Amino acid sequence: MTIDHIAKIIFGRLTIGSFPVHEPILLATFAVVGLAGLGVVGAITKFKLWGWLWREWFTTVDHKKIGIMYIILGTIMLLRGFADALMMRAQQAIAFGNEGYLPAHHFDQVFTAHGTIMIFFVAIPLVSGVINFVMPLQIGARDVAFPYLNSLSFWLTAAGAALVMASLFIGEFSTAGWLNYVPVSNLQNSPGVGPDYYLWALQIAGVGTSLSAINMVTTVIKMRAPGMTMMKMPVFCWTALCSQVLAVAIFPILTAAFALLMLDRYVGTNFFTNDLGGNPMMYWNLVWIWGHPEVYVLILPVFGIYSEVTSTFTGKRLFGYSSMVYATVVITILSYLVWLHHFFTMGSGASVNSFFGIATMVISIPTGAKIFNWLFTMYRGSIRFELPMMWVVAFMLTFVVGGMTGVLLAVPPADFVLHNSLFLVAHFHNVIIGGVVFGLFAGIEYWFPKAFGFKLDPFWGKVHFWGWVIGYWVAWTPIYIVGLMGTTRRMRYLEDPTLQPYFVIAAIGAVIILIGIVGFLIGMVVSIKNREQLKVGNDPWDGRTLEWSTTSPPPAYNYAFTPVVHDLDAWYDMKCRGYERPSGGFKPIHMPRNTGTGVILSGLAAVLGFAMIWYMWWLAALAFLGLLVVAIGHTFNYDRDYHIPAEEVARIEAGHLPPPPPPEQRPDHGPALTPAEAK
Amino acid sequence: MADKLDRQAGQEAASSPTFHLVEDEHGRGHGHGSPTMLGFWIYLMSDALIFAGLFATFGVLSTSYAGGPTPREIFELPLVALNTAILLVSSITFGFAMLAMESGKVRTVQLWMLVTGLLGAAFVGVELCEFGNLIAEGATPQRSAFLSAFFTLVSTHGLHVTLGIVWILVMLVQLQQRGVHEENKRRLMCLSMFWHFLDVIWIGVFTFVYLLGTIR
Repeated sequence: MTIDHIAKIIFGRLTIGSFPVHEPILLATFAVVGLAGLGVVGAITKFKLWGWLWREWFTTVDHKKIGIMYIILGTIMLLRGFADALMMRAQQAIAFGNEGYLPAHHFDQVFTAHGTIMIFFVAIPLVSGVINFVMPLQIGARDVAFPYLNSLSFWLTAAGAALVMASLFIGEFSTAGWLNYVPVSNLQNSPGVGPDYYLWALQIAGVGTSLSAINMVTTVIKMRAPGMTMMKMPVFCWTALCSQVLAVAIFPILTAAFALLMLDRYVGTNFFTNDLGGNPMMYWNLVWIWGHPEVYVLILPVFGIYSEVTSTFTGKRLFGYSSMVYATVVITILSYLVWLHHFFTMGSGASVNSFFGIATMVISIPTGAKIFNWLFTMYRGSIRFELPMMWVVAFMLTFVVGGMTGVLLAVPPADFVLHNSLFLVAHFHNVIIGGVVFGLFAGIEYWFPKAFGFKLDPFWGKVHFWGWVIGYWVAWTPIYIVGLMGTTRRMRYLEDPTLQPYFVIAAIGAVIILIGIVGFLIGMVVSIKNREQLKVGNDPWDGRTLEWSTTSPPPAYNYAFTPVVHDLDAWYDMKCRGYERPSGGFKPIHMPRNTGTGVILSGLAAVLGFAMIWYMWWLAALAFLGLLVVAIGHTFNYDRDYHIPAEEVARIEAGHLPPPPPPEQRPDHGPALTPAEAK
Repeated sequence: MADKLDRQAGQEAASSPTFHLVEDEHGRGHGHGSPTMLGFWIYLMSDALIFAGLFATFGVLSTSYAGGPTPREIFELPLVALNTAILLVSSITFGFAMLAMESGKVRTVQLWMLVTGLLGAAFVGVELCEFGNLIAEGATPQRSAFLSAFFTLVSTHGLHVTLGIVWILVMLVQLQQRGVHEENKRRLMCLSMFWHFLDVIWIGVFTFVYLLGTIR
């Protein structure tokens, strides 16, 4: 046996050549990331924070901390995804009559990684994070239904993200687009590790997302405070419920589709191949049965955020609560019936295309109803244009355009012209940025004081806001135009020099968005530094839902006594009726214990994925065995909870007694309805 | 009507509002109101959707023989019928285990679970034997899209049964250690749902893959 053979057994197909040492862009990136990483690790070690991080954060099962970790993960991945976006914009702005600066293979990886990261590792974690943090507080629960599962879900998502990041420096990423389309990702066309990185990262993260969705649905159904009937549930909880029901319904299909592609690539089956009976279009159908509902998994909770923010900052009960709920449910159902509009050009015939075209257009009706509900909530309200509300207004102005171009694309004959054009790309960025991203920022701005007890700095908040809003319009309006003129997507260079100005403007827009992102990061740092000046009470926005009734930040157990709900705007109702926070008679509180099992299982899952990607079969077998042993071992631990003693609860509650509310903070915005009238 | 009651409750609350529960030490979310059953049920539904995806795939590819063997040539219905019987009986024996659990007889629970596990192992054994025969005849998963879909659907079910057997073994040990207390009862209920679920899936496999394949 030669050295080569042994190396092959140990390292599989991983060789020195797998490291991109001859690509200067990647080397520079690696240097920067490596140095920054070393800096962070060094700082944590220097300040002896590892133990604290492990005990308080990594092993936590507290839904609030897990929510915050999701949001940190999403933000970090946003930086990576946005770096990809800047690279594409720069390439397309330069590459007219020349090849630009990115080699073809690299450019293909960049647009694939950008889409994959932005959806799977930015949007999903951010949405999960907000749901995790807010929903249990809003329904008056002490934690989610399955706290340990929640920790596992988060860490599986993080493991997937780690694999995607690893692909940047070890090997390569997929070049087959953000849904890893066959036939490009078939083994014969992509023999490298790119599609395998994609598949393993997304399978591992996908398991996390599915488990998280099951957890959230169960939590909403089973853990609501007494008195909170379904129709007294805050709209955000409704939208979170519908979104997560939808996630439970679609992620299994994605898992199945990816598993079949894995079998094609590893075992040599013929599901999506071009020969021996395989059917590539079936992959498109399966991934889009996931893919279209997925955008509603993302946008529905964000609609919930807009509803909460609008109601709070206009000082009014949400207009048309029940129509909002029904609209959400209708969107949930319809979103499952429209997937084929992603490939009208497949050739399924006029009848099938008409059905899916009309179903798609019908979705705009409940969505439009929501927009009107928000407008009517604002109508004659005393609107406070603080940052969360500014995001809502920016959303309404931006998103409506995206919705209208969506209806345009839903017309099959028009789609035959616009399919795969930059018009489509501009459309989905319009709804994802103008809808999902703006809403997440509104939510982060709105609930940040609840999570940490101080507000975000308003100046940098405005830089963040204007950077994104202006940047969005400057970046995407020219893309709409060139797309309508017929420019196709995913082009590394274009020949027609008259198009160049549009791409230059788009690149400038991306830089303006960069200002917004930098503003957000600086804002975070500045706010943490000035947290004493920015400190606020428990209810800084004059909120209406339960989460504002507890302290900021909430104690580990959320509520010392389980709240009883009498009204849709439970906290507003409590304030109207002179609620006083209980100051005695505390009982011991039953809470779940922290556990490191989620971290360990996810670490092993990442090793399993890495080993399978590189064909290190021995390591894969070991990691799989480890997964089994740790998972089964965990079931032998029956000692999973503890009690916070009554004295401890009393001590925590005494330390957090709310300051007396200043007079102007009393709920007197708009016509004050007594709860009886409000019904 | 419900609305009226609601309003009434609202008015009562308005006169003497209570805004929090002075609860017992155990808090909510445990005991009878445990969310585990609902959560596990939702998981089973998501698993059913994985199978739905595989069934749909099989439906699309079930005649893509690519010049290779067809179902009528390769399926041995008597063997599959035997396997179906084994799995159905294992569901009944699991039912006996659950009955014994209700009356708190640990030994009887363990006995019936052992029988269930052995029947499950027999099922997997027969399935592996069938796969072995097919591969020996050249009907491998790589031969055609039909065979890819067939092997994937059937072996996904088989893997689930294998996982169920592992779970049964773990449960046997845990019953030995702690008997049938509340926590273990909950686990047994989940395992029972899982096992019956696999039975239901298998009826789909038997009907749509084997029976429909042979008459086609």
